[in-house]
Amino acid sequence: MYRARRLVICHFWAALLCFAPAIVLGVWQMLMRSPLPAPLDDPNVYYASVTAHGSIMAYVFPTLFAMGFGYAITVTTLARPLKGQVWAWVGFWLCVIGTAMAIVPVAMGRSSVLYTFYPPLIGSPWYYLGIVLVVLGSYCWIALTLVNLRSWKRENPGTPVPLAMFAITATALLWGWTALGATVELVFLILPVALGWTHTINAGLARTLFSWTLHGIVYFWLLPAYIALYTLLPQAAGGRLYSDTMGRIAFILFLVFSLPVGLHHLFMDPEQGSGFKFVQSVLTFMVALPSLLTVFSVAATLEIAGRVRGGRGLFGWIRALPWHEPLVLACGLALVPLGLGGFGGLVNMSYAMNAMVHNTSWVTAHFHLIFAGAVVIVYFAIAYHLWPQLTGRELTSKRLARVQLWLWFWGILITTVPWHITGLMGEPRRMAMFDYAEPFEAKMGFLNTLSVIGGLVMLSSVVLLLYVLVRSSVGATARVPPLTYALAVNPPAQVPALLNGFGLWNAILLALIVLSYGYPIGQFFFLRTHASPGYSLTEEPRR
Amino acid sequence: MAEAQGTAPAGIVAEPVVVRTETRWLFIMAGMLGIMLAVVVLTGVFQALHPLSHIEIIDPATLHLSGEFVENNLGSAVEPDGVVTVRMIAHQYMFTPQCVTVPVGTLVRFRLTSPDVTHGFIIADTNANAMIVPGFVSEIATRFDRIGAYKMPCHEFCGFGHHGMWAHVVVVPRDQFPKIGPDERMTCVPR
Repeated sequence: MYRARRLVICHFWAALLCFAPAIVLGVWQMLMRSPLPAPLDDPNVYYASVTAHGSIMAYVFPTLFAMGFGYAITVTTLARPLKGQVWAWVGFWLCVIGTAMAIVPVAMGRSSVLYTFYPPLIGSPWYYLGIVLVVLGSYCWIALTLVNLRSWKRENPGTPVPLAMFAITATALLWGWTALGATVELVFLILPVALGWTHTINAGLARTLFSWTLHGIVYFWLLPAYIALYTLLPQAAGGRLYSDTMGRIAFILFLVFSLPVGLHHLFMDPEQGSGFKFVQSVLTFMVALPSLLTVFSVAATLEIAGRVRGGRGLFGWIRALPWHEPLVLACGLALVPLGLGGFGGLVNMSYAMNAMVHNTSWVTAHFHLIFAGAVVIVYFAIAYHLWPQLTGRELTSKRLARVQLWLWFWGILITTVPWHITGLMGEPRRMAMFDYAEPFEAKMGFLNTLSVIGGLVMLSSVVLLLYVLVRSSVGATARVPPLTYALAVNPPAQVPALLNGFGLWNAILLALIVLSYGYPIGQFFFLRTHASPGYSLTEEPRR
Repeated sequence: MAEAQGTAPAGIVAEPVVVRTETRWLFIMAGMLGIMLAVVVLTGVFQALHPLSHIEIIDPATLHLSGEFVENNLGSAVEPDGVVTVRMIAHQYMFTPQCVTVPVGTLVRFRLTSPDVTHGFIIADTNANAMIVPGFVSEIATRFDRIGAYKMPCHEFCGFGHHGMWAHVVVVPRDQFPKIGPDERMTCVPR
């Protein structure tokens, strides 16, 4: 793989070695919230655990995965070694060191601010610095992606950028823009207080800046999975991608619209007025469009594959698909939570309807359903798909891989369906424990117990994942055919410049950000708002 | 994986067909989103369904010294027009007052603020749901259709005692809601 094997595999293993313990924390957190007895029954540990689980799952795991996948795509689609590979290693180590720096104080109970920070609560500065290092590491990847794309384009004028490369560049750019909000919040608002340089923080401004990151990051998690849907799935299914052009348009729409919508996370906040909440609610509807386009492209792509394989009739082609391929199975399974979660998301973004569910278990259910159910399951399949390339060995075995994917699928459904219901019943999220002697909570006891079972199923799935990947990393090497990407039904000979680069789209995105976030952020500099003193969470926790 | 290599021939679907079907799908989906958006807009405008809608600034350091959030002004108040205003403070790790009484079937306006960190509240089975951010007043209006005791938890992480932060709203029949003067305040905190 053009001398990038070690680089990619190190990213994947680092991502997985963070992911697996974070899953254990997740199961334990569910146990704490359920009526069942939990070991180490301590709410302070719960809040530290949520901080670690969230920081890893939101910032570290998907970022390392996207970086590894991104390097693999860059070298294989451009068919040459990575330029500036030493910087890729710098980025990798920044992420690893940053993760350790962030997690150690959290494990010591000195930064239980949850992964969404919640100023004026203030934790250990090491935690925030660690997160900033992870972001810096990922910026190395963004820069390398752009540098490599640019030099390839210069040497191949007029040739369409391969769709996978185009899409991973959109992903990298999206993350570059998205990470700015939280990074500015960390560097300019939180860290000065955490380090003792200043004593007050404007909670409203901090929350607004965080909302900038809060929705784009979701699409940053999602896009690597979509890249697999567009560029790896058609091959694995034995067909061709329905349309190359629509793929490019979908990724451009994601880049442009997934960022200026973050204010819908602040619908219930008092520091923003209804005008911009409404504007961003409308923009949020726009970002549903590329997902709906993707559903069509994927369905059409799979239908072609199914019919080529001999499927007949209205639905016969579905049965004819090669479901024994882990990638095909994972993508098929992913569509179920994506659909369910998508409709849940329409509720959340609906300006007024959100009042029923804001900050209840419904929201936790929604993003776990999308992230774990639709995104991470495809990450697993991508790992299975790339593993032979990375290790030079066959995957042993595809059957176990399929079992693993099915376990994950059922696990996430059993976990999140009960949360949706308890959320509608009014169960608040982020609480360490409930008093099940109270009638209000007593009626949620069964559902919360059920979700623990789902969590255990997911945990067993992760154990199996690690087993399959480790077993496929040792033993006899085999001849592995090189990684190939889907061809379109009508492969483009030429692509208009607009669909082959990002110059204009970056400019449009910037304009949209200024329009949608300019006033919501700017208001804090002329409205006479008040900053609050920081409230330290690093002192000896009260028992 | 040999069998999985692209076995579909190029051009299996003609380019104009691809473009036509995709364009059709694009318009159908845009139409669907348009209808959903219209529902959101129309309900927002005609049923006055809005989330927290205006910005009201308050100094978290002095709110207990003067103004509407001084201690003896907290609880339920009856406005001249019959609307009930409930004023509460959310702080680590309780609401003050911990229990408020309101009449059934009456417009109740909740006004909350925080002197310390970010909190929030939700009253299950109603649309009362808001973040409480220090420096701002959160106001949300609702109407209780059912008599009974409602739980009102803090739903935003506010520190190590967060899970203990629950208030109660007791909704009583109108005739059991005492007649109180303009300067009197009602709570159901046991004395």
